[in-house]
Amino acid sequence: MIVSDIIISLTTERISLACVLVMILALTTWKADLRVARPLLVASFRLIVQLSLVGLILEYVFEINNFLLVALIALVMLLVAGKEVSVRQKYRVSGRWGYGIGTCSMFVSSFAVSVFGLAAIIRADNWWDPRYSIPVLGMLLGNTMTAVALSLDRFTTYVWEGRETIEAKLMLGHSSQEALRIILRDSLRAGLMPVINSMAIAGIVSLPGMMTGQILAGNSPVSAVRYQIVIWLLIAVGCGFGSMLVVQMAAKRVFDERERLRTDRLYKV
Amino acid sequence: MSFDVNSGHCLGLMGRSGSGKTLLLRAIADLDVNEGRVSLNGQFRDDVSGPEWRKKVGLLTAESKWWHESVGKHFRSSKLNLLYDLGFPDESVLSWKVSRLSSGEKQRLALARLLLMSPDALLLDEPTANLDSDSVTLVENVIDAYRKERSASVIWVAHDESQLDRVSDAKMYMKDKHLTEQA
Repeated sequence: MIVSDIIISLTTERISLACVLVMILALTTWKADLRVARPLLVASFRLIVQLSLVGLILEYVFEINNFLLVALIALVMLLVAGKEVSVRQKYRVSGRWGYGIGTCSMFVSSFAVSVFGLAAIIRADNWWDPRYSIPVLGMLLGNTMTAVALSLDRFTTYVWEGRETIEAKLMLGHSSQEALRIILRDSLRAGLMPVINSMAIAGIVSLPGMMTGQILAGNSPVSAVRYQIVIWLLIAVGCGFGSMLVVQMAAKRVFDERERLRTDRLYKV
Repeated sequence: MSFDVNSGHCLGLMGRSGSGKTLLLRAIADLDVNEGRVSLNGQFRDDVSGPEWRKKVGLLTAESKWWHESVGKHFRSSKLNLLYDLGFPDESVLSWKVSRLSSGEKQRLALARLLLMSPDALLLDEPTANLDSDSVTLVENVIDAYRKERSASVIWVAHDESQLDRVSDAKMYMKDKHLTEQA
């Protein structure tokens, strides 16, 4: 087992070296008239500012160690993720549901899975200990958000583009669930494939970010791997249930109580 | 508007494009939100679920839709006589690929698919629009036989008045989303 007791601290000058590399890339793309220099620099600047602020906030939160503060941060993360799901849609569900179904499904899947992971698997003295709960919830929300957004986008697009076929099935007496069977399956698959692919190649083609971070921070690879396995499994569960929930909620919304297809409840962005 | 179609009778419906014929059929089949009251053999639409109602009231559109690769996968049962009656040589049509079908074949198979559901009423929206004259006769005969055998009520939308003279017991004209005349 390799345990390093000296963690190499990254000084500002060393970080600046990475910034210089980005500047060189920006300059090269600007010379070649590729028009990505500006967004690249803005994104790099945002990354530095946002992460620095998060670092300061987390230091404070870890020190205060207050449940209400952790809950507040979790709520803000959830609401931002819910908004992100809704803006990633080509066809949005109209009304408050448009925002609600993504947020609800992430709340049920990410929060429930995070609480289970923290209380039953990681078992810190306080299950909500911010040192564990915020990173775990962050990783779950980040990945679930992608899966939920993909599944919902695929679902609403398939329903819109296949509305005549869905109605043809309804005309033959199919229920809404029967009429949507293929679409539900394909939407769920679209949401889950990135996670399944990532899990299948983890450790061979790529080293997952959290594990790499732990190793760089001086933890033993064996311990880092154990955490990574648990996190990936939790992410898969969160993505699966989140995607299933979001497409089922959207399916309820695009049909009414008489099981008529209501494409008027979808609008193109 | 209000009208009745007796069991075993066929009502022909005519009118210009956009006059609301298709909307009327969709409303009866409960595909669009509508305020109307519809009953079939004494049973009101709102007393049964949407899918159950649509099994009783079969709607056939001018353009049929297919979602499996093979024709046979769209049929829950295979009543072969019906396929013969519609001009198909044998049951091998069920193994054909949908992409190989002509628009006329699709139209005749869509009718077979609908009739195998055994609906009590038929809502036909230009059911012979894509057919040659021989196939038109086959389809008219099959629908007529079904109507008599099952005492099914039929509403038949067409632009060809001579066709409606052949197949219907009464005709109505639609104009600006209203029924204007009964012949």
